Amino acid sequence: MSLADTLRTFRRRPRAISRPDLASQWQLMWWQFRRHKMAMVGLALLGIFMIFVLFAEVVSPYPPFQRDPAYVTGAPMSPRFFEEDGTFHLRPFVYGRKTARDMVTLQLKHAVDTSQIWPIRFFVHGKPYKLLGLIPTDIRLFGVDQGFIHLFGTDFTGLDIFSRTIHASRASLGVGFIGVAISFILGAAIGGAAGYFGGALDNIVMRVIEFIRSIPTLPLWLALAAMLPRDWPPLWTYAAITVILSLLGWTWLARTVRSKLLATRHEPFVLAAKLSGCTDMRIIRRHLLPSFMSYLIVDTSIAFPEIILAETSLSFLGLGLREPVESWGVLLFSAQSIRSIDQAPWLMIPGIFVIVAVLAFNFLGDGLRDAADPYSR
Amino acid sequence: MIRFLTRRLAYMAVTVLLVSLVSFLIVQAAPGDYAAIYAAKKAATGAIIRQTDIEAVRVQLGLDKPWYVQYGLWLYNAVFHADFGESWQWKRPVGEVIAERMPLTLAIAFSTLIFMYAISIPVGIYAAVRRYSFGDYASSLLGYLGLATPNFLLALVIMYLSQRYFGQSAGGLFSPGVANAPWSLTKFWDLLKHLAVPVVVLGTAGTAFLIRAMRAAVLDELDKMYVLSAKASGLSPLQLLIRYPVRVALNPIASTLGWRLTYVISGAPIVGYVLALPDTGPLFLGALLNQDMQLAGAMIFIYCVLTIIGTLISDVLLVLLDPRIRLE
Repeated sequence: MSLADTLRTFRRRPRAISRPDLASQWQLMWWQFRRHKMAMVGLALLGIFMIFVLFAEVVSPYPPFQRDPAYVTGAPMSPRFFEEDGTFHLRPFVYGRKTARDMVTLQLKHAVDTSQIWPIRFFVHGKPYKLLGLIPTDIRLFGVDQGFIHLFGTDFTGLDIFSRTIHASRASLGVGFIGVAISFILGAAIGGAAGYFGGALDNIVMRVIEFIRSIPTLPLWLALAAMLPRDWPPLWTYAAITVILSLLGWTWLARTVRSKLLATRHEPFVLAAKLSGCTDMRIIRRHLLPSFMSYLIVDTSIAFPEIILAETSLSFLGLGLREPVESWGVLLFSAQSIRSIDQAPWLMIPGIFVIVAVLAFNFLGDGLRDAADPYSR
Repeated sequence: MIRFLTRRLAYMAVTVLLVSLVSFLIVQAAPGDYAAIYAAKKAATGAIIRQTDIEAVRVQLGLDKPWYVQYGLWLYNAVFHADFGESWQWKRPVGEVIAERMPLTLAIAFSTLIFMYAISIPVGIYAAVRRYSFGDYASSLLGYLGLATPNFLLALVIMYLSQRYFGQSAGGLFSPGVANAPWSLTKFWDLLKHLAVPVVVLGTAGTAFLIRAMRAAVLDELDKMYVLSAKASGLSPLQLLIRYPVRVALNPIASTLGWRLTYVISGAPIVGYVLALPDTGPLFLGALLNQDMQLAGAMIFIYCVLTIIGTLISDVLLVLLDPRIRLE
C-alpha cells in the first residue's frame, strides 16, 4: 500500500472503530450512506432548509408581512459583483430602481437604474424580532442601507417574496414533519398489529389498505379539506389539514411493518424472548422493531415529499392552508391565473423551493434505501 | 379464470359499496340540507315560508328518514337511474352536468396512459441496456425532476412559456378563433395541440416513475441465465432483448396500470382547473369551493369507480400476461 493510499484510508475513517466487523449497525449504515453522493447532496440541502426553518428571521431581510410601497409587483433584483461596464466591486451590490408611470396603461413600472448602486451589507440592523422566539434582536443576515433589496421580487401588494418564501418553509416542512409523524405512528401501530397477530385482523387491515390505495387520493383530500369550516382559526385549519394528509399516507408504512413482522416473527430470537416471558408489547418494541427500523426510516423519507406536494396542491387551490399561515402553496395561490403569472412570473419562485425540497428527500431516501441493509454487501 | 374473475368482481362490488358510503358522507357534509337551501331560495324571492312548508319539502325529499335509508335511496338512484340529485350551483341534475364533461376527462386520462407507456417502455429499455451512459443519466435526471414537480406548477410554467414565446394560450381546448368554427381538419389539429399540454403535464410524473421501474425490471432480467443461453444460441441482440427480457419485464409494468390510472384520475382535476379545460376538473373544484356537495360527492364516487375498474383491468391483464401467477 502506497503512502497516498494509507493517508486516504486514514482520512476516510478517522475513528477508532474502522473495522467493519467491530462497527455497529448504524456505523455501517453511515459508511454505506456516505458513498451515495446524491444522498449527501440531499442531506446538505435539508440542512439548509433546517437553517431556514430555525432562523427564518435572520436569513430574510424583511418581515414577511411588510409591504414595500416603493416597489409593488417588482421584478427580482439579482446581486452582482460587476457593473455593466465591467468595474469590479468586492462587495456585492444591486442596481437601483426607478419608477415611472406607463402613459398607456397608467400602471407604475419599475426599471433598472444603472446609475445607482446599492451595496449589500451583511449582518445589518433591521426590524426587531425574537430569535427562536426567545432572544430579542434585530440582526439580519443581509440588507441594504439605501433603497431596498428584493431578491425574488415583490408581489401585487409589495410583499418581499424572498422573505416570505423563507418564512413559508416553516409551515411547508412543518406539515410534512407532523404529517409523517402521525402517519408513522398509525402505520407502525396498525401494520404492527396486523403482522404480529395475523389471521382475521391481518386480513381486514390488508383489505382496508388495498381499498385506500385504489381510490384517487387527491380528490378525496380536496373534498375533506373543503368540508372544514371556513371560519376556523388558522391554527385549527393547519392541524386539521395535517391530520387529513396523514390519514391516507400511513398505508405504505403499515405494509412494510406488516411484511417485515411476518418475516421475522418466527425467528429463533423471538421464540427465545417469548420463552423468557416477555410480553407481546415488549417483544415488538425491544426485539422486532429495531430489527427493521432502517426500513421504516426509508419509507418515512419517501412519505415526506408526498405530503409536502399534497399540501402545496391543496393550498395552491385555496382549499388547504390560508393566510395568515404561510406555506409555499399559500404563496403560489396568487400565481393561479395566467394573467398574474404573465405580469409577474417571479410569483412562481416558491415552486422551485417545493421542487428542491422534494428532490432532497428523494435523494435522501435513495441513499437510505441502499444503506438500510448494510450487511447485504 | 372464471373463479378468479368472480372473486375479483365480488371484491370490486364491496369496494364500490365502501366508496359510495364515503361519497354519501361527503354529500351529507354540506352545511344545511336541501330543504333549508330551498327555503332560503324561496325566501329570497319574497315568498312567505313557514316551518311546515320546510317540513313538507323535507318529507318529500326523504330528508326526514334515518341516514341509512337516505343512503340506500341515494345509492339506488345513483346506480340504477344515474340520478345523483340536483346541483344547487348549476340548478340542474348532477348526472347531466357530469355527463357533459366526462368524455373529455376520459379522453385525457386514456391519452395520458398511452403517452406514459409509449414513452417510458422504450426509454426504460434503453436506459437499462445502455446503463451509465449519457442517456441513462439524462433520463434519470429528468425522472427525478418529473417526480418532484407538482402537476399544477408544470401546467403554470407551460402556460407561461407558450403565452410568452408562442403567443398562444395553452389553456382551454381550442384557440380563441377556432372555438366556434365548424369541425374541420384545422380545428381537429388545434384540438390535438391543446390536448397535448394536459397529457404531458399529467403524464410526466407517471412516466418518470415507469421509466425507473422499467429500467430496474429489465436490468434484473439481463443477468439471468436464460439470456446467456439465448445469446449463446446465436440470437441477434435486438431479437433476444425483445423476445425474452423485455417480455418478462413488462409484467410488473403492466400490473401497475391500475395504480397509474388512479394516479392520473387523482391529478386530473387540478390540471384541468389550472388549464381551464372544459372537463370535470373545474367542475369538481368549483363544486368544492362553493360547497356544492351533491355534485362533489357524485364526482368523487365516479372518480373512484373509474379507478376501481382500472385496477380490475390491470389484474386481469397481469394474469393473461404471466401464466406463472397462480389464480388463488
